[in-house]
Amino acid sequence: MKKWLIVSTLLLLLAASFAGCAKNNKEKVYVYNWGEYMDPEVRVMFEKETGIEVVYDEFEQNEEMFPKVEAGAVRYDVVCPSDYMIQKMIDEGLLAELNYDNIPNIKNIDPVYLKSAEEFDPGNKYSVPYCWGTLGILYNKTMVDEPIDSWGAIFDEKYSGDILMIDSVRDAFGIALTYLGYDLNSTSVTELEEAKALLKAQYPLVQAYVVDQVRDKMIGGEAALGVIYSGEAIYTKRENSDLEYVVPKEGSNVWIDAWVIPKNCRNKENAEAFINYMCDPEIALKNFEYITYSTPNKAAREMITDPDIKDSPVAFPDESVLNRCKTYRYLGAEIETLYNDKWNEAKME
Amino acid sequence: MKDVTQVNKPAKRLNGEAGHHSLKIKKTTWLSMPYLLWMAGFIILPLILIVYYGITTEDGAATIKNLLLISDPINRRALLLALELSLISTIICLLLAYPLALILNKIKMKSNSFIVMIIILPMWMNFLLRTIAWQNILERTGVLNKLLSFLGIGPLNIINTPGAIILGMVYNFLPFMVLPIYNVLIKIDRDIINAARDLGANSMQTFIKIILPLSLPGIISGITMVFVPALTTFVISTILGGSKIVLIGNVIEQQFRLGNRNEGSGLSLVLMIFILISMAIVSKYDKESEGSSIW
Amino acid sequence: MVKRLFERFYVAIILLFLYAPILILIVLSFNSSKSRSKWGGFTLHWYQELFKNEEIMNALYTTLIIALLSALIATIIGTAAAIAINGMKKTPRTILMAITNIPMLNADIVTGISLMLVFIAMRFALGFVSVLIAHITFNIPYVILSVMPKLKQLNPHTFEAALDLGASPSYAFFKVILPDIFPGVISGFFLAFTMSLDDFVITHFTKAPGINTLSTKIYTEVRKGIKPEIYALSTLMFITVLLLLIFINRRSADKKPAVKRPGSNPGMADKRI
Repeated sequence: MKKWLIVSTLLLLLAASFAGCAKNNKEKVYVYNWGEYMDPEVRVMFEKETGIEVVYDEFEQNEEMFPKVEAGAVRYDVVCPSDYMIQKMIDEGLLAELNYDNIPNIKNIDPVYLKSAEEFDPGNKYSVPYCWGTLGILYNKTMVDEPIDSWGAIFDEKYSGDILMIDSVRDAFGIALTYLGYDLNSTSVTELEEAKALLKAQYPLVQAYVVDQVRDKMIGGEAALGVIYSGEAIYTKRENSDLEYVVPKEGSNVWIDAWVIPKNCRNKENAEAFINYMCDPEIALKNFEYITYSTPNKAAREMITDPDIKDSPVAFPDESVLNRCKTYRYLGAEIETLYNDKWNEAKME
Repeated sequence: MKDVTQVNKPAKRLNGEAGHHSLKIKKTTWLSMPYLLWMAGFIILPLILIVYYGITTEDGAATIKNLLLISDPINRRALLLALELSLISTIICLLLAYPLALILNKIKMKSNSFIVMIIILPMWMNFLLRTIAWQNILERTGVLNKLLSFLGIGPLNIINTPGAIILGMVYNFLPFMVLPIYNVLIKIDRDIINAARDLGANSMQTFIKIILPLSLPGIISGITMVFVPALTTFVISTILGGSKIVLIGNVIEQQFRLGNRNEGSGLSLVLMIFILISMAIVSKYDKESEGSSIW
Repeated sequence: MVKRLFERFYVAIILLFLYAPILILIVLSFNSSKSRSKWGGFTLHWYQELFKNEEIMNALYTTLIIALLSALIATIIGTAAAIAINGMKKTPRTILMAITNIPMLNADIVTGISLMLVFIAMRFALGFVSVLIAHITFNIPYVILSVMPKLKQLNPHTFEAALDLGASPSYAFFKVILPDIFPGVISGFFLAFTMSLDDFVITHFTKAPGINTLSTKIYTEVRKGIKPEIYALSTLMFITVLLLLIFINRRSADKKPAVKRPGSNPGMADKRI
């Protein structure tokens, strides 16, 4: 019996010492990013090159990220929210101003995107664009009998049970409002009520409400139509050639996800070093090839070798598409709650 | 019925009696100190905090608003649906598990640990993965439908329906029903059954009058172990329900995910009360076991 | 005869039900396509990739360390507590057992959240230690409930006899009591280990970024599609345990079957009763 005790004590000590080893006092940077939104190799390369350890965490929705950063239970150094959320974070005073002396690679970012980023971050004081894209419909050519070019398709009873709707409040309302001919940043209660009615009528037609899961389901031919971010289109099409991505004619949302540094970060220099590294053309290209979301990095885009991708209308849509797309704006806490409540109501039988 | 069970009782009581006096050394009390401290810090204190957050606002003022959230149509529906689905799953588990436990008991392998391990073994494959695998099986283009279409039967629409969630619950929690029942059954004294047979009881009578009552503690324990996790799950409903079906577990998880600590605590509190009530009802049928049961 | 055939058939059906998803996962580990919904041909590629994937190996390591440590600590605290509780009078014993039942009776989600609230309120940084504490907390009851029945079967006089014969209490404990309750202790340990291994919900709420167990790692991947390396890892783990089980069973079958094996988990039955 004693032997057993000795063995277990030894094991315990051994394990404890291992656990201790993992926690040495290395320089660290806490990164909070979207799921599958970076080539994991890039993190390893960053660690090797700078000696700063990356502690990486992922979220699925802007709305999930915000309270975590706000509460500060975990203090992140770098976060990657979308446009309207960045605006909200600026409004609430959660973000630290960037020191561009530490981010010389900003020169690689196409000024076009810096300019559009000014819509939510005037003067580009708080954010550096990481990826951008549109919101659209991914459809399976073998499962629809007409070319899809309208949001109407995902509200069409013909496709009942074949629709994968996006489970994200702003995107869902953005679509409904646009389809009804309203502004996707509408704050009008009557317009929102109308949009909610449309979404509620859609409930029985929807197979599932998903965000990231839409990928696998569309590849597997589970549904005919899925609402998806443009960045997923290249990957899914590669896996299943029957799939096609379209930005509906009524218009849609164009979004930018950008790096920001929360005020309660642990180490601002490390954070800036990380952002700078992400703007390196080689790294941006590596990330683009892995996640296939459009990069605002001009130098990286020029390095893309495959002409089909370099000039892909999905990854880099032309003016005519972008002209009918709008960005979301932060509408204030009150309207935000209204959106959330209406969305919960819409998703109920 | 009474007569037969009573044969067993004196023996049991004797055992219990012996237990009472065993180790009657007061010196052992200090051994419970680490556990007492642990309980105070990590069982009692967390409960107090849930209660505190549940009945206060973000500013710390007392309120019952968070508790009343349950009357909101969305939340009420989520709770009722969760109750319904977990109840159905528990019943299905019981109906599947009891015959299985009886058969396993009859087979009498060389070591009963092998049987137990066969039932536990799937748990070594992560439960999220196993649930995702069900997605692969149940999907429209999934394994099951491919099999069915091979047999010439039309595709079944199971995924993202309440049926899929029930299936996920039954699958995940079935071992928790089988094992307690099996463990009670193997302890039933063969002599009692043989005695009943000698006295002229047929197999049906033996089952109803002897085996069933004696296995009741196992059934009760199984019901608890299936019902509680099924009632509160948010993972199974997310993966197999396609977010179309919202259960109370999803609502609570969402509240905390969106940073609404007080609202989440309030709903958790209501859920706890529901579980306590259910358990109180169940334990009424569990007079056999010692008082140390589920309150 | 027909009845017997039917019984075998029934067991087979249930086992098929329990093992079908596992079969699917094993098949997926050989799928060359990254997407779980498409069969891209047979490959062993993911088994090679697995050992290169630092994140998954880290998660595996954390999972095993936490399972081992939490099971060990819970076994020590729990066994001591069981002995103490068993020696108590009825009232304190009943109260303690009732509290012991709380974590098992409570929803995982409530246990996890309430622990998270405590850590945050105490300004205790979430991380490896908070997950470990949480796992020990939900493991202790399994140990107590596994050891308790063995203590009840104990003949109280042997201990006293040992003392009368001049043994010190600790000597008597190790020589007399522990051997008798050992099967219960071991089964409590294994039960705790398995529960820790399979837990997702409680870890989910008490962990911090940078710390991942296999469960939480998988959960972040559920949405975008599980990495095939995970299937490969699970297959390996499953096969290992299966072989181990068959090996143990062979050996115990060769020996005398009377020895109670750890797996017979009296705790499972006595839980919550």
